[in-house]
Formats: sequence, C-alpha cells, structure tokens
Amino acid sequence: MAMLHLVNKSPYDACNLNTASTIMKDGDQLLLIEDGVYGAMKNSKAASLLKGLKVAVLGPDLAARGITEDKLLEGIDVIDYGGFVDLVVANDKVQSWL
Amino acid sequence: MSETKKFMYVNRKAPYGTIYAWESLEVVLIGAAFEQDVSLAFLDDGVFQLTKGQNTAGIGMKNFSPTYAALGDYEVNKIYVDRESLEERGLTLDDLQHLVWEDEDEDYAEKDSIRLVTRAEMADVLAEQDVLFNF
Repeated sequence: MAMLHLVNKSPYDACNLNTASTIMKDGDQLLLIEDGVYGAMKNSKAASLLKGLKVAVLGPDLAARGITEDKLLEGIDVIDYGGFVDLVVANDKVQSWL
Repeated sequence: MSETKKFMYVNRKAPYGTIYAWESLEVVLIGAAFEQDVSLAFLDDGVFQLTKGQNTAGIGMKNFSPTYAALGDYEVNKIYVDRESLEERGLTLDDLQHLVWEDEDEDYAEKDSIRLVTRAEMADVLAEQDVLFNF
C-alpha cells in the first residue's frame, strides 16, 4: 500500500518536508513541487532529510526557479506533469502536505 | 530638512510559490521613482529570487526575474545578499544573476550591485535605515 507524498513548501519556510520525510514508510514516494523543489538541492542544509527516500521533483518548477539538474542530490528523478500523473496512478493514496 | 529617506526592502520569500517577491519588486520600482535612497536585502528564501536562468514557460506564470537586472537603471544599486542564507541553501554568488549599474560620476563605469554580506554586516545595514518594508 504505497503512498505518494506531495510537498510544495520550501524546507526553510515550513516543517512540511521534515514531517513528510520522517513519516514516510518503505516503498512510499515523495514528490517535490512548487517551492518544495528547493528541498532537493545538494550542499544544502535540508539535503540530509531525503536520505534513503524515493524522491521525484517536478521539472517545470525547477526550471522556473533557475535550478539546474546538476544542483540536485544524487538519485532524484526529474519528472514532468505526465510523470506526476503516473505517480498518482501508481500509488494507492496521495498525502498532500499543505 | 532633507526629503530623502533611506528605504530598505527586506525580501525573505522564494519567488513563484507566493506573490510576495513580485509585489516587492513592484513597490521597489515605485519607491525608486520618488527618488528615495533605496536598498534591497535578500535573506532566507529571498535569495532564491535572484537565481539566474529562471524559465517559467512550464508553469504558466510570468517570469519577473529579468526585472532585477533593470534596477540599476532606476539607481537601485545597493543589493545586499546574506551569505549565510546562500550557503545553507547550496547556492553561491555564481548561481545568482550578475546585477550591475552604471556610475555616471565615473564615465558610466559598470559596477556590481550585489554586495555579499555577513549576518553582522546585514544587521548594521538594517540599523542605518529610516524605513523598512518587509516582503
């Protein structure tokens, strides 16, 4: 029973990513969107939160913010809106951390 | 008595996720038109406003980041960026737009607008202002 966790807030502005990342179970998927994409950046204070998690990030939100893929942590999937839909379909439930 | 006041706009939010960054930019340009002594501070998530290469085509929002490059033409050339905020977000000065202004007293020499400051220096800059606007 895998769950898709959506985070749309910057990890420096809200505790959403902190809570989501610690509540996720094995097999769960995290998708970072909007200001949540800042959580995927390497050499950052928030980087340690994502260790060992299955993480995807929405490409159009990265591009809007001028964050290129070389700035991201290793092992993160960059997806488009179609990929977003695929994740919603592939998981049993969606938990949106608003 | 001098009519000019020192105005500082304190920017602490990321662009696009909320409207704060864009609203700040609009107010800054209005303030500049009234010939006040304008400074901008970028700290916390506000440093994300200045990243170069922003492309909003995929999210259907207006890319207002080119406007920062026009600030120099409005004599808004004191842009203070908090070093600590940059570093904890995995950013360096190279990740930001190169903002410049032309000094008409020195034959229009091009000078950097961004001043990278420590938290202590930022405190001093804040302390010397007459009016603070927060976004």
